[in-house]
Amino acid sequence: MDPPMDFQVVVLAGGTSDKLSPLVSKELPKALLPVANKPLLSYPLELLEASNLKNIIVVVEGDEAATQVESWLSVAYMDRLNVEVVKTPGDVGTVGAIRAVAPFLISTDILIVSGDLVSDISPGAIAATHRRHGAAVTALFCPAPVSGGADSSTSGGKDKAKKPSRCNIVGLDPTRQFLLHVVSGAKVEKDIHIQKRIVRAVGQMEIRSDFMDAHVYAFKRTVLLDVLEKENLYSIKQDVLPYLVRTQLRSEISAKKENSADESSNGATKELPSEDININSAVPSNQNLRWLSQHREIAPSSYQEIHISDCDMNKSRLAKKTHKCCIYLSGKTQYCARLNSVQAFGDINRDMLGEASRITGYTFSAQNNVVHPTVVQGAKTTAGGQCIIAEGTILGDKCSVKRSVIGRHCRIGSNVKIVNSIVMNHITIEDNCTIQGSVISSNVQIQERASLKDCQVGAGYVITAGSEYKSEPLTKR
Amino acid sequence: MAQKKGGKSAASDDPEELARMPLQAVLLADTFNLKFRPITLERPKVLLPLVNTPMIDYTLAWLVSVGVEEVFLFCCAHAEQVKEYIGNSHWGQSHAGFSITTIESNFSMSAGDALRFIEGKNVIRGDFILITGDTISNMSLTEALQAHKDRRKKDPDTVMTMFVKRSKPMPLTHQTRLGNDEIMMAIDPETKQLLYYEDRFDSSKRAVTLDKSLLADNASLYLRTDLEDCCIDICSPEVLTIFLDNFDYQHLRRHFVKGLLHDDIMGKKIYTHEIDSSYTARVDNYRSYDTISKDIIQRWSFPLVPDVLYAGNRAQMRLQREGIYKAPDVTLSPSVRIGAFTAIGSGTIIGENSSVSNSVIGELCTIGRNVSIDGCYIWDSVTIEDGCRLSHSIVCDGVHLHTGATLEPGVILSFKVEVGQNITVPAYSKVSLLPQPSKQDSDEELEYADTNSGVIDSPSIASISPANIEHDHVSSFDTEQSVLLEGGLSGVGYIWTSCETGNEEEWRYSVAPIPVEKLKEFYAKMFDEDESSSDGEQTGITHSGELISESKSTDFDDSDGEYKGDVSKFEKEVEETFERALGGVAEENVQLEINSLRMSFNVTHAECAGAVFQSVIKSAIIASNSSKSNLLKATIDAIERSKGLLSYFITNVDEEIEVILKFEEMCMEITREFAPIFSSVLHQLYDKEVITEDAILKWESEKADADESDKVFVKQSEAFLKWLKEAPEEDDEDE
Repeated sequence: MDPPMDFQVVVLAGGTSDKLSPLVSKELPKALLPVANKPLLSYPLELLEASNLKNIIVVVEGDEAATQVESWLSVAYMDRLNVEVVKTPGDVGTVGAIRAVAPFLISTDILIVSGDLVSDISPGAIAATHRRHGAAVTALFCPAPVSGGADSSTSGGKDKAKKPSRCNIVGLDPTRQFLLHVVSGAKVEKDIHIQKRIVRAVGQMEIRSDFMDAHVYAFKRTVLLDVLEKENLYSIKQDVLPYLVRTQLRSEISAKKENSADESSNGATKELPSEDININSAVPSNQNLRWLSQHREIAPSSYQEIHISDCDMNKSRLAKKTHKCCIYLSGKTQYCARLNSVQAFGDINRDMLGEASRITGYTFSAQNNVVHPTVVQGAKTTAGGQCIIAEGTILGDKCSVKRSVIGRHCRIGSNVKIVNSIVMNHITIEDNCTIQGSVISSNVQIQERASLKDCQVGAGYVITAGSEYKSEPLTKR
Repeated sequence: MAQKKGGKSAASDDPEELARMPLQAVLLADTFNLKFRPITLERPKVLLPLVNTPMIDYTLAWLVSVGVEEVFLFCCAHAEQVKEYIGNSHWGQSHAGFSITTIESNFSMSAGDALRFIEGKNVIRGDFILITGDTISNMSLTEALQAHKDRRKKDPDTVMTMFVKRSKPMPLTHQTRLGNDEIMMAIDPETKQLLYYEDRFDSSKRAVTLDKSLLADNASLYLRTDLEDCCIDICSPEVLTIFLDNFDYQHLRRHFVKGLLHDDIMGKKIYTHEIDSSYTARVDNYRSYDTISKDIIQRWSFPLVPDVLYAGNRAQMRLQREGIYKAPDVTLSPSVRIGAFTAIGSGTIIGENSSVSNSVIGELCTIGRNVSIDGCYIWDSVTIEDGCRLSHSIVCDGVHLHTGATLEPGVILSFKVEVGQNITVPAYSKVSLLPQPSKQDSDEELEYADTNSGVIDSPSIASISPANIEHDHVSSFDTEQSVLLEGGLSGVGYIWTSCETGNEEEWRYSVAPIPVEKLKEFYAKMFDEDESSSDGEQTGITHSGELISESKSTDFDDSDGEYKGDVSKFEKEVEETFERALGGVAEENVQLEINSLRMSFNVTHAECAGAVFQSVIKSAIIASNSSKSNLLKATIDAIERSKGLLSYFITNVDEEIEVILKFEEMCMEITREFAPIFSSVLHQLYDKEVITEDAILKWESEKADADESDKVFVKQSEAFLKWLKEAPEEDDEDE
């Protein structure tokens, strides 16, 4: 296969995240969780394919999950993408996942994409930005989601409380191309501390707290491998990226430090990569100052400029090294969300039905819904707008489905109301049930006259006749 | 004038506010600092000529141009001179375009005092412009004034609009151009509200600390170092009240602005207005004097340029080619070479073969033959005899340079100084007829009143007539004041030792161009700072194994930075206290004093113990006269002498460990001379029961995991540690 860009992509597909319980289980890893009736992992993969990024390594936590993902991939993408699945033990963090695939990384630049990204932002554009700047790292940030309007009113309050922790505090240069400061909102207790020298280098730093790290990073391979050598790293978002951003104006110094530390303690094992980083990624810092200030107007000249250029000469002799950390900001109209909580699962599914329906690839009918031709609807059954009903599902009489996703081969009785819910595959819902704002995992049986409101039902659960649940997660013991 | 109209219409926009609210301005004709000494001992700063026109004329001309109708001129130092000048000038006349009222106070020591005094006068009725008499500007006020009024209507808590200007992109240039210090501001991009302000008095920290709540309230903010403070503000009348309520506010920026920003209760808001195309600058020091003079000659400040703005009664200078300004009645010998960007005032005579470039020469000067003048500011009635060479100096009125005198760059010659034949005045010297006040009130924090205090400090000197000095200057001056110009027949004046800035900083504020080496040094220093900080950070990281997870490490290095700032201040205070204690203050009093210091700086007991110990060690260095052989003995003496104090502050093991760590740090950084005798001193401390065995052993075990470089002193003390471990029982018996 001919790689159109020398980029390898690592998709971190995760395993069976606790955060998503009871929706995910051993039988259904996070990567295969259906979003608008498509496995979650298909979203980043399609996105990558659209940008012609086809060298993909998918990292999955846990053996069983890996097997399942692999078998799904081999069916779905066999002849389209060059995908490899690598499995890691659970709980190694994103850094651990990258360490696991490090031996496979050969291209100049590596794109790391979170497997739970649902977006229409072109990874190709991020890769191109990365290349254009010759950056050590480029990270995708998107405006933090403003909580989803009227129909998520139940979760509105919760969402707001969560908001600051979900966002990062980022510092940008005036052109919004360079990432000068990053700290994740959750970690800030009282004050934020910003290094003066970086502000000094740009003169003006924009600090924003309404951007969210979308977990898409382009790394220079040498930089990445070098950073991976360090210990005590766990997460790319919280450790690696902040580290690189923090040290961007003195990467050689840090390298030197390392070397000297190495020599005195445990030998010079790290010297090679650090030299690498100097040669490949570093720019002399006077140039760096210049790139940072290049967009700023030049004020009336003064006699001192001559001396300064002199100093510049002097400086480049000192040859302090730096690396660039760039940022790719998504546009306001672009969709970008991460499926990392039950809340997000519901939100994203709703978004797929509404504002971001373009991402799903379905063609919505005149009634603004997608009903598979094989779906059997009983008399007086209505499928309202913003619905997706997949093949083989049978609906009884007088049913009403609004703003919901219904999976394959479900059997739904008569007089059932499904509003604002996600119903996965092979589910039996008997007569006179009401389901509101809930998520029903596969193979669930809901007996007659049951009523569910804002519940998450785990796979294979049986809800007895006439029972009522409100705002509860329900799982099989 | 367009601006004037604008100003008026803005004022009359609100019919309900007041029938007619004239735009008022408070002009502070005193800057409350000593940067222009010794010149300001004799003449107030606002009357110093800037390209042959007193600075205050520029400020007043701007105030007229923006439509100010009432000016309150606040005079403090040399109030008589200012009043006399205003009275005689056209500003005092009725056709000047505004009314000008002088307010005189002899007690005001700061801008804060001045504003409190003005508040007492009850003359300010509405929004006013606050400006100092040394500010040159040609900006328009209309837009900012309107914006200020609109904001006030919406939110009565708006008290001030500060003007700021984007400065040069290179951090190096924008700090050196005007000799200003770096200012860090956080500004809301939407509302332009000022959220954070930091100047050099807290620039010792390496990181900016922003309160999280700032970000909670504002989704985004700009952190900027590329702004210059124009020192022009639009203030609401509340500003005066706030000053009155906070009687400790002295400085407009350091106290008032920061005070308001830190005060969440009052909720007063300060906004900024960024000007882009117009010119604004403040003559803050000699360097900005030089830069601004050049800017004026190059017409950046148009219409405030020498050929437009001239109020003197002699012939006005006219602009000729190459930026040369010349009065029509200048007498130049044909062989005189006048370089570009030079101004020569009326009635000046220049002799054969002299050359003048990049300089300003005042009125009625007499310049001899073969004189070379480059980059100088020569004021009025100066006599320069043949063969003198002047470069980058300021020469005040009535100075007389005898044949062959040389001024090196950065020299300031105050009024009527005489330099003898063939004398060379060394670079950066300041020479005045008045001796330097022996007690310099250089408390920067308060910026006490300028010249008044100076004269009062040395009243006897003021009465010495120049004639007296001329006669016995060689013999009568004490050596500390160091008289120069001996050798010369008629040299007169005292050389001032540099006062507040310190010699090493002299180049920064001088009129002389910054030497290339200094620039390089400065540049390197900016990065050294970085390096040292990165070192700190890096070691912070390596200490605990390469890289701590993100939050921890930022917390570490930043709190470290902050901590250093405070603690080092504290240490300094303790040291001073300790020095006084050596002078014979009772021990209890010292304890009391240090304790209260500890509380006011809010440092821990351990840090306090460390600081006390550091003071003891430093006193040992002084005692040893920096000879190595004496050092150990002096240290032992010092420890013995201060044993009581040390044991009072060092009470538990933690504090003892802190002391050892402190000592270690000192040996590595400030007082390297102790490094070789570390273990001996440690032993002494143990013997004198200042430090217990527990602490030493704990210290060793703490260091066990440290880097090799950190273990130097543990290794040095190995024998002692071994001895401690092997014979603990005996020690107990000894005790």
